[in-house]
This record gives sequence, C-alpha cells and structure tokens, in this order.
Amino acid sequence: MLQDMNPADVPGAWREATLKLFDTGTRKVLVCDREMPYPDGRLIVSTSDTRGIITHCNTSFVEMSGYTREELIGAPHCILRHPDMPTRVYRQLWEEARVGRIWHGYVKNLRKDGAFYWVYATVIANVRQGRVAGYTSVRRKPSRRKVEEAERQYRQWLAEERVR
Amino acid sequence: MSEIYLMTVSLDFPPQRMPGWASACDWLRQAFDPRLQLDVNRDFATQRRAIINGEVDMVYANPFDASLLVRESGFVPLARPAGMHYECIVAVARDAPFHEIEDLRPECRVASTGNPDVNMIGMIMLEPADLDLGNIQLLQMESYPALAEALLRGDADVGFILEAFFDALPAATRQHLRPLAQSRINEISHVLLLGPRLAERAEEARRLLLGMAEDARGRHALDELGFVAWEGMDREVAEYMIDLMDALKA
Repeated sequence: MLQDMNPADVPGAWREATLKLFDTGTRKVLVCDREMPYPDGRLIVSTSDTRGIITHCNTSFVEMSGYTREELIGAPHCILRHPDMPTRVYRQLWEEARVGRIWHGYVKNLRKDGAFYWVYATVIANVRQGRVAGYTSVRRKPSRRKVEEAERQYRQWLAEERVR
Repeated sequence: MSEIYLMTVSLDFPPQRMPGWASACDWLRQAFDPRLQLDVNRDFATQRRAIINGEVDMVYANPFDASLLVRESGFVPLARPAGMHYECIVAVARDAPFHEIEDLRPECRVASTGNPDVNMIGMIMLEPADLDLGNIQLLQMESYPALAEALLRGDADVGFILEAFFDALPAATRQHLRPLAQSRINEISHVLLLGPRLAERAEEARRLLLGMAEDARGRHALDELGFVAWEGMDREVAEYMIDLMDALKA
C-alpha cells in the first residue's frame, strides 16, 4: 500500500488526483506543472522483483525522483506513476515483461515534489535458470518531438479510459 | 607444462597503460599460473574472433563483450577495477557551434571508432536530437587520436570517445576539444573474466586479485594501470550488468 503524497513535500500550487493502481489500491497524488529537465548523458536504472517492488536503483533514479534511496527500495514502481499516464501503457508493459519480452515506451514520471520528468524507458526481464526472477528498467533522455507525440497519444487514450 | 593460457585485454585502454598490462600479466604469471601469456589483438573484430574461437583463457573485457562471454561462452567473472565506471563522451571542437545535444542536426558528421560499447552509448546520447544511424553521417576512425584530429580539422562535427581515453589525450589536443555530453551510467565497467579451461580455478584467481594491492609488485602493476584495487565480481553482479547492457542494446 502506497502512502498518499504529502502537501508539505510539494512547493507552490498543485492539483490533486486519485490513481487506481493495479495491486496497491488507490493513491492520492499532488501534481504541479513544473518539468524537471532530464540531464544529458544520464541513465536511470532500477531493478524490481516480479511484483514490481524496487530492489535496486542508481543515483540518477534517486536524484530524478526526488525520493531518498531508503524511500524507494521496497516501494512499488508505481510510486512514480503520474495521472497523465494512461493505464493502457502499464498494462502493455506488464504483458510484455511477464513473458520475457522487451518493452519500450515514453513515460511521464511524477516526482515526490509534484513535478514531472519524461523518459524513454526500456524494461527487460531478468531470466535466471529459465525463469523470470525480476525486471531491469533503464530510462534515458527522450527527444522533445517523441514526447510531444506521446503526449498526444496518451491524452487520447486517457479520454477513452474515462468513457469506459 | 607446454600448454599456454592466453590473456587478452579489451582494446579500449589508453596506450600509455600498456606497460601496466604487461606488469599485471607478469604478476599473475607468478601468483596464479606460469603458463599465462599476454596477447593483445590489433582490432576489436580480431579480438572477438579469437575469444569466440576459444583461444583466450583470461580477458579484461569491455561490458559489451562481457555479456557475450558470460552468457554464451562459459566465462566466469572475477573482478572489476574498483570505483571505475565505463563512461563515454560526445566530444566537439572547442569552438564548435554546438552547446547542447539538441543543437545537432540530421546529416551531422559523427566520428567513431570500432568500439561497439562506446558507439552504442554515444548513439543513445544523440537520441534527444532525434538522431540515429539513419540520419547521420558516420565516419569510422582507426583510433581515438585520429578521431580527435578529425574533430580539430573540422572533418567531423562530433565524436564518441571513451572517457578514459579523452582524459588521456595529450593536453595540447584536449584543450581544443570539449565534451558536449558525458554519460553517467555509473553501473557498468570492464570485467576481468576467466575462460572455461580455467573456470574451476575462479575462486583462487579472485582471491589473488583482491589481494593484489597488498603486494609490492602487484601494487606497482595496479598503479601503472591507474587502478586503486580490484573489486570482486560474482555471477549475479555480472548478470545485473549484462541485463543492463541488453536493455541498452534493445
């Protein structure tokens, strides 16, 4: 169960949204319009177990997320879930990863302070002795053009999900 | 006693470190096995062929080769240089009109060497400018000094250089270049691997390497290599690095 975001962590104006998460119930998140620029050359790396619980993350992950390493290890990956991301993207991700296929996609992540950052993410299964033992995710800086394309697509998917 | 065990070293080390590898091999010959011989190949393709053909028994491999060797050729990870990561630079001439990656345009001239890891990481760093192998002019250089020269002459707009090489360029060259972007992966490194013929002696080799810094001759060899010490690397740590490399290559 993920804790709701704390207003004390979010400077300036914010809006509230409630996320419906796959395995962890609901979470209230606080969102502002500030984008955290993705530094050139950085790679954000993390590993998770088969349930998506973070087991390792690098320094870039810690810095870009705004959380401490202690807050991240043991937390579900959806701690970064932004309400502008359609459920469909994560469903596709899990469907691919669970059967050992590589997933790529553009993701808008939510920081602890309510700001966001875009990444181009790759998720691969960690196969040990023929079984999926967990997942490695690597995120890198996306091109602005690709982000704009993803934003358009995701707005459409979100609208479709609201109608259902 | 006539059997020989070949040791080789990934070609992406600065030439001034070559005596260090000779010293390290001498030390290993004395401490581990007198049949070890250092054999440094001319180019990446020749080296990879020799490794795949089973001609090599110990290799200081770059992350790209390490993934192939551990997963497909039965090599065992022993150690990596402590605190040293495998990072790359997208370099430009000091007075080039590019100040961030997004300043680069399609058809820009990109100089690279035959090093697959560096090229892969370099291309990843160009992605924010919507550049890929289909819309750049890739110029193959024989060496990093040749690549630096191409940048200085204006024959190339940017070049991919292993950070250790960039730092080892002569000051007179380096001062006319600047990094446009530097990778900060912090998770991948070269790895010293033991081949299948010696795999059952991996624990012994790892223990010796971890103690190398405490021996005077070993310390000297490490100094020549620019290493502080070796850090032990087990199979799971290597698997993690390989997964990461696979994610980058995908």
